[in-house]
Amino acid sequence: MKTHDTKVVGHSVLKIDALGLAMGRASFTDDFTLPDMLHARLLTSSLAHARIKAIDANDALSLPGVAYILTPENSPRVFHTTAGQGFPEPSPYDSVMFDWKVRHVGDKVAAVAAVTEDIAEEALRRIRVEYEPLEAVFDVERALAPGAPVIHDEAEARAVIPVTYEPKRNLAAEVSFSVGPVDELWERSELRFNGEYGVHRASHCAIEPHIAIAYLDADARLIIRSATQVPFHARRIVAQVLGIPAGRIRVIKPRLGGAFGGKQEVILEQIAGLLCLRTGKPVRLRMTREEVFLTSRTRHGQRLRLRSTVNQEGRVTMLDLSTVLDTGGYGSHGLTVATNTGSKVLPLVNRTEAVRFSAKTAYTNLPVAGAYRGYGATQGSFALNVQMDEMARALGMDVLDFWKRNHIRQGESSPVFQALGEGTEGVPMTIQSCGLEACLEQGACAIGWAQKHGKNQKGRFARGVGMAALMQGSSIPRIDMAAASIKLNDDGSVNLLVGATDLGTGSDTVLAQIAAEVLGIPIDKVIVYSSDTDLTPFDTGAYASSTTYLSGEAVRRAAEDLGRGVRRVAGKMIGEDPATLVLEDGNVKSPRSETSLGDVALRTLYQEEQEQLMGTASAYSEQSPPPFSAHFVEVEVDRLTGRIAIIEYVAAVDCGVAINPVLAEGQTEGAVINGIGYALFEEYLMDSNGKMRNPNFIAYRIPTTRDFPNITTILVPTYEPSGPYGAKSISEISINGPLPAISNAVFDAVGIRLRHAPFTSDRVWSALRSI
Amino acid sequence: MNVCFTLNNAPTELDVGPGERLVDVLRARGYMGTKYGCGTGECGACVVLLDGEPVNSCLVLAPRVEGKEVITIEGVGSPLQPHILQEEFSKAGAVQCGYCTPGMILSSLALLARNPNPTREDVLRALDGNLCRCTGYVKVVDAILSAAARMRERKES
Repeated sequence: MKTHDTKVVGHSVLKIDALGLAMGRASFTDDFTLPDMLHARLLTSSLAHARIKAIDANDALSLPGVAYILTPENSPRVFHTTAGQGFPEPSPYDSVMFDWKVRHVGDKVAAVAAVTEDIAEEALRRIRVEYEPLEAVFDVERALAPGAPVIHDEAEARAVIPVTYEPKRNLAAEVSFSVGPVDELWERSELRFNGEYGVHRASHCAIEPHIAIAYLDADARLIIRSATQVPFHARRIVAQVLGIPAGRIRVIKPRLGGAFGGKQEVILEQIAGLLCLRTGKPVRLRMTREEVFLTSRTRHGQRLRLRSTVNQEGRVTMLDLSTVLDTGGYGSHGLTVATNTGSKVLPLVNRTEAVRFSAKTAYTNLPVAGAYRGYGATQGSFALNVQMDEMARALGMDVLDFWKRNHIRQGESSPVFQALGEGTEGVPMTIQSCGLEACLEQGACAIGWAQKHGKNQKGRFARGVGMAALMQGSSIPRIDMAAASIKLNDDGSVNLLVGATDLGTGSDTVLAQIAAEVLGIPIDKVIVYSSDTDLTPFDTGAYASSTTYLSGEAVRRAAEDLGRGVRRVAGKMIGEDPATLVLEDGNVKSPRSETSLGDVALRTLYQEEQEQLMGTASAYSEQSPPPFSAHFVEVEVDRLTGRIAIIEYVAAVDCGVAINPVLAEGQTEGAVINGIGYALFEEYLMDSNGKMRNPNFIAYRIPTTRDFPNITTILVPTYEPSGPYGAKSISEISINGPLPAISNAVFDAVGIRLRHAPFTSDRVWSALRSI
Repeated sequence: MNVCFTLNNAPTELDVGPGERLVDVLRARGYMGTKYGCGTGECGACVVLLDGEPVNSCLVLAPRVEGKEVITIEGVGSPLQPHILQEEFSKAGAVQCGYCTPGMILSSLALLARNPNPTREDVLRALDGNLCRCTGYVKVVDAILSAAARMRERKES
């Protein structure tokens, strides 16, 4: 359904920075050096839980070339959250730069700045830390049980919005709601299901490690170039931690080498910034790959329990999802990932009479969880889709038909939308676009569902198919805000300034397309500059699948604003009513005459009634329209070894109108592969002391071309009336599919129900032996 | 110590420390297309061609390139005259964040030099040392196959 005849939007124009990146020319944070730049390294904890009794950096300081060392002794004890969210944050203030206590292996203890990285590393070895080891807790149930060691026993740890936060019980967050007679339906239903599902911790593995470079400009303002998803939040958090005004700080995000949620955390900026202020010299602080695994953030592992009831007609009458999240040593995103586990999953099944959700987020002495593409929906979708498959089989129905009887549709609402917000109540919402039914049909057709499903093969190699139905959101309603400004140049080109943050997704290109479409100019006339707190308007940042939907809407409005100015001037120039003028092919046209944007600019810049024509606008949303998707996978299970091979994968996605179809496909393919790695082999292997045994790409394997399956992406067009040119989001949703779809496909192939991820060969092998 | 080698077809002499890694030497001299991803030879972001073969430059000590030929991404194409591989990567949507792209292009270049007509399988094997977290490899493989076809055409004409 295409209701707009568009010239740039909806077309796969070349990603504007692609060629420069392919040349190796475009500039990432680390591609920038300054004279006298110092190199910083972090000292991290080798213990999971300990108090620091003393720290002696004198030997390290005496090493030639060492410029400064930050420790708990000489760094600000300002409680904050690193979560990089809006203000006030839903995550607890439980972090300081360097604390007298370490709460997980890899926790920050000190930072050294030296003239070379090698000297900084040598200095780390010379810092003597005297620890008093404390009992550690590595299991969420045990952490929440009475008598468990208290991980945040400091008095200052607190929530800054009115939410449940009980650090003395290791409870970092709690959320619940209930609508309808859940227990009554459970008691009286004949068909009822109850399952436990385990979803694990994982690393984002952006190929560019986390990095920040801080320096002082000529006016002694602190400039921070950072690989961040949230330049404006980073500025605010650095100001908070360092106790200097935000106006004295500028955060610039250059090209970014992948993020996936991992670079929403503000961890390095304040440390590099403080080292810079203390030494007066530029400071570069880059994590090693091992630090990315241990000291940055991970996905929240969860232990989910789903109960459901279904009637004889195949209608799900009740869903009751409860879960416990492992947030590790700090509570970053602990509340909101918990909430999204329900809010981005339960509305999918929308014929129920009752629905309940409850979540607890526990501190443990394990690596810290945070935002990760999918953000709770990944975990919740697994439980729901596996249990839907279980229900359908118990009813003797094809799960595809079962989903069609139960899924949410256009024009419908869900009580979940209103119940679950971000530490507050949610926002009621009616679905204005939903292509899930078409996704189910087209995806099933593409994989050959009818021919392949339920074959129950014998022999060593057995094939099966499985599917999953998914949703996500597009921005956080009533919280996120994006802004854009745009100005007209002599030649009819425009500078588009956006706070939005391109993580490598191509959002700069998508936003340029929207501006070009509104102004009737080719994309190469749009010069994009993004993510610089001094120069671009505000944007909450690239997370919650918000950029195309919300930043795109800000760009559309800003371009409309500029377009009005252009029409006003052009109307005078050609003697026509501005309201009748059309912007097309770089010109401003009436049926009788026309002028060009360039001539409009020349007149206003140099000739008559001089002014800079520009547009500016903000966008804020009352809703978060979900993209929908249906994923299908065919697997082959080797009964002898337990190995799962992915034969074919189909992702049918409704993202509204795809502003750039090739980029939308790319988001889908990348998310699917990431999800396949997560489902099959990506896993933190922990020893009994809470230390990760595999913090490198050899032992923590991520998918390579060897794991390359045959992926088909089907973009199912709908039109979302609240989005720019009908667009919704696409970046996150498809990471949620592989886990449940593969589990269901394995059941279809060999009859084992995998409820705990990842589905490594040894787990599958053991499960095969136990049936 | 001095090391003499050919860098992007230009005779080059550099003063390097005996323990310095090639990736650091190159980056310190402004060849920023060679990226750091892991420092342990596992990700392929720092791939350069050493006598035509892709190597992880984080695992190569700088003195080892004495007398050899090193090609970095800066030696492959220029903004005004991009290499076919660079064009096809861009067109196919194979460049998302672009951090792994220089290494991928250099690995592809080595593949196409020894096998101008690779199968999809050949491409998957040749690129298995180049990790990418953004694209899912689908469009990368498409780009390399279409670049190979264009390069063969150019050679024939």
